[in-house]
Amino acid sequence: MSPTITTSSEANGNVSAATARAAASAAATAEAAGPQAITMAKALNTAMADAMHADSSVLVFGEDVGMLGGVFRITDGLTKTFGEQRCFDTPLAESGIVGMAVGMAMNGMRPVIEMQFDAFAYPAFEQIVSHVAKMHNRTKGAVKLPMVIRVPYAGGIGGVEHHCDSSESYYAHTAGLKVFTPATVADAYRMLREAIDSDDPIMFMEPKKLYWSKDMVDLEELRAQHSANTDAGTSSEGRAAVARPGTDATLIAYGPSVPTALAAAAAAAEEGRSLEVIDVRTIVPFDDETVCASVRKTGRAVVIAEAHGFASVCSEIVARVQERCFHYLAAPIRRVTGFDVPYPAPKLEHYYLPGVDRILDAVDDLQWED
Amino acid sequence: MTISADHTAPDQAQQAVNEDAVAEAVRKFGITVEDYMLPARHQIQMVDPEGRLKADDDQGTEPGHEYPVPGDEELMAAYEQLVVGRRVNDQNSALVRQGRMAVYPSSHGQEACQVAAALCLSEGDWMFPTYRDSVAVMARGVDPVEAMTLFRGDWHSGFDPLRHKVGAQCTPLTTQLLHAVGVAHAAKLRGEDTVVLAMCGDGATSEGDFHEALNFAAVFHLPVVFFVQNNKYAISVPLAHQSVAPSLAHKAVGYGMAGERVDGNDVVALLAVLDRAVKLAREGSGPLLVEAHTYRMQAHTNADDATRYRQDSEVAEWQAKDPVSRMRTYLADRGLLDDQAEARILAKAEAVATQLRDGLSEDVPVDPQELFRHVFSAPTPQLKEQSAMLADELSREASSEEAPK
Repeated sequence: MSPTITTSSEANGNVSAATARAAASAAATAEAAGPQAITMAKALNTAMADAMHADSSVLVFGEDVGMLGGVFRITDGLTKTFGEQRCFDTPLAESGIVGMAVGMAMNGMRPVIEMQFDAFAYPAFEQIVSHVAKMHNRTKGAVKLPMVIRVPYAGGIGGVEHHCDSSESYYAHTAGLKVFTPATVADAYRMLREAIDSDDPIMFMEPKKLYWSKDMVDLEELRAQHSANTDAGTSSEGRAAVARPGTDATLIAYGPSVPTALAAAAAAAEEGRSLEVIDVRTIVPFDDETVCASVRKTGRAVVIAEAHGFASVCSEIVARVQERCFHYLAAPIRRVTGFDVPYPAPKLEHYYLPGVDRILDAVDDLQWED
Repeated sequence: MTISADHTAPDQAQQAVNEDAVAEAVRKFGITVEDYMLPARHQIQMVDPEGRLKADDDQGTEPGHEYPVPGDEELMAAYEQLVVGRRVNDQNSALVRQGRMAVYPSSHGQEACQVAAALCLSEGDWMFPTYRDSVAVMARGVDPVEAMTLFRGDWHSGFDPLRHKVGAQCTPLTTQLLHAVGVAHAAKLRGEDTVVLAMCGDGATSEGDFHEALNFAAVFHLPVVFFVQNNKYAISVPLAHQSVAPSLAHKAVGYGMAGERVDGNDVVALLAVLDRAVKLAREGSGPLLVEAHTYRMQAHTNADDATRYRQDSEVAEWQAKDPVSRMRTYLADRGLLDDQAEARILAKAEAVATQLRDGLSEDVPVDPQELFRHVFSAPTPQLKEQSAMLADELSREASSEEAPK
């Protein structure tokens, strides 16, 4: 197969939404119709494949993403389907991957690049902070960088040092970067498609311990939803989700901590306490509205993340909610985070990660009258 | 346009060009393929500091490195740009002293490199300059006043990189070489014959991105010409503390690309070498590296005191190698430049200087709301909130100024 590469503008013109849908449907015919249990890895892989079908300027590259399909197999089969121009291995150089993607995005492509592990992205930090985040601003909007930097992040897989890091705060702190992190299989598909479509650069933080989590999803329905949203110009960017409704307190979590928060809420329910769980989904832009509506309703909140608590996304959420909901609060907002220590070795990871018990302890601390 | 299935390897046509060039050199000069990739043993020089054209056999070059003298028209265009460039450097340095510009990294003494960088490119090609390459940016066609906004302090980049095919100037070192590689890669995937000129200085060759950019360009076989202006100092650190390689051009060989060294104050040699490098890149030779030996006659910026780290005698030595006067002598001796032409060129340079003076003396009002306009393609709710807050602050400030005392 020798696919045609066109500029982004040509692609948007020639490969119409209808063609894209047709291509996606053709790809879908090989899949079982209706809801099926698929992994987040599969959802991410499908999202990239569908985006590559829809727009020939979408390219995937990074270390080992080609024939190997990525160390987590998220890019599995893309080289085979789309050829080596569309999904290719680079030399082992993270700054090179990001810097080259900047130039390609400047010149009509939509690169989707993979940083193999969270802590391997740091050599690219200068490119991300000084160029990816600033190019649009530096040029008063003349240059857009439609690129996605996929970062498998956070812990829970027993990785050795430098293979598990919660690096989202670095990126969230950098003006000009959007930071997405899905917690469900359907969101993984939905949000990655939206990230690829976005004209802004996106740090796409993938909770690696959720790669193999399964949900029942209907891919065909997700594709139809994506097309409908594209046509309507709407997206889930900047919208948090109520992952579980409740009335007594709000648990605010994102990415890898969402399932933990849901498990804590289920346990609390057995004790007769109704906890609402909010899945932040996009850290930047942040959905103050949904989060604050929940806290105003419940009057109590616990913010949960795996990252170190000090100067973190968690700290930011607590501050924002406190500023906006102070008069509704029955108790100080609590944080449940990783300790302020370097990411621990696999045998100690269990003590570091916020678990259900630590969350329930924090909930118990919320000055209940009963 | 359809491209070959394996873009990492040169396609057949490119390979043929590649092999032919090497094969020809091997046949003609009886040298090895390895020698063909090595830079010439001496800097390529065509016009010496006294303005005399050196005979072909006296260029100090090794076999395989012979270059034809560029045409008269190109040389006259180059001279005009040299004179304009010198005037731009002097004018901008004066504007810094007058407080009209925050800072200006002058390329006084390096004008030949600046001019050749712009003239070797075709309209569809791209240039990725450093912060010191403003003269090259202007020579490429960017409005002089727009090119100066970074240093005046209005905004970071005052020109549209896409319209001019000139990367935005900024101050991190070497990072732009990777952007150049990306632009070239995208163009290659679409089957365009774009060449990208990626510029950096001697200090920049120590940065990690220099290595990554050269390696990526070589591995993906991209049409990038890396143009290193070795002006001998990275702020205050001399080249000897930067690298102990025989020359910076030799670094190319390790990446599998050809390197070349050229007298960076000789615009004739620069044009010859860069023209050929661009032609080879366009024909599919892959990337090349050209090192120009030149000298920064003035301090790094106005914040720098160059007398602390270099001798006056060294500066005087380079004064004698001036790129502008050398070319004036050469062209006048050849009868291409008479008083009338010289007067016309000086008038043009003066017009650009006036444009800079007028443009930079104007107090252009800044719009505070611009702060929020270009962070993302559309402002987030948080940015809208902060924008409203600033608007409120400003309106209260304005009304308190208007209120009677």
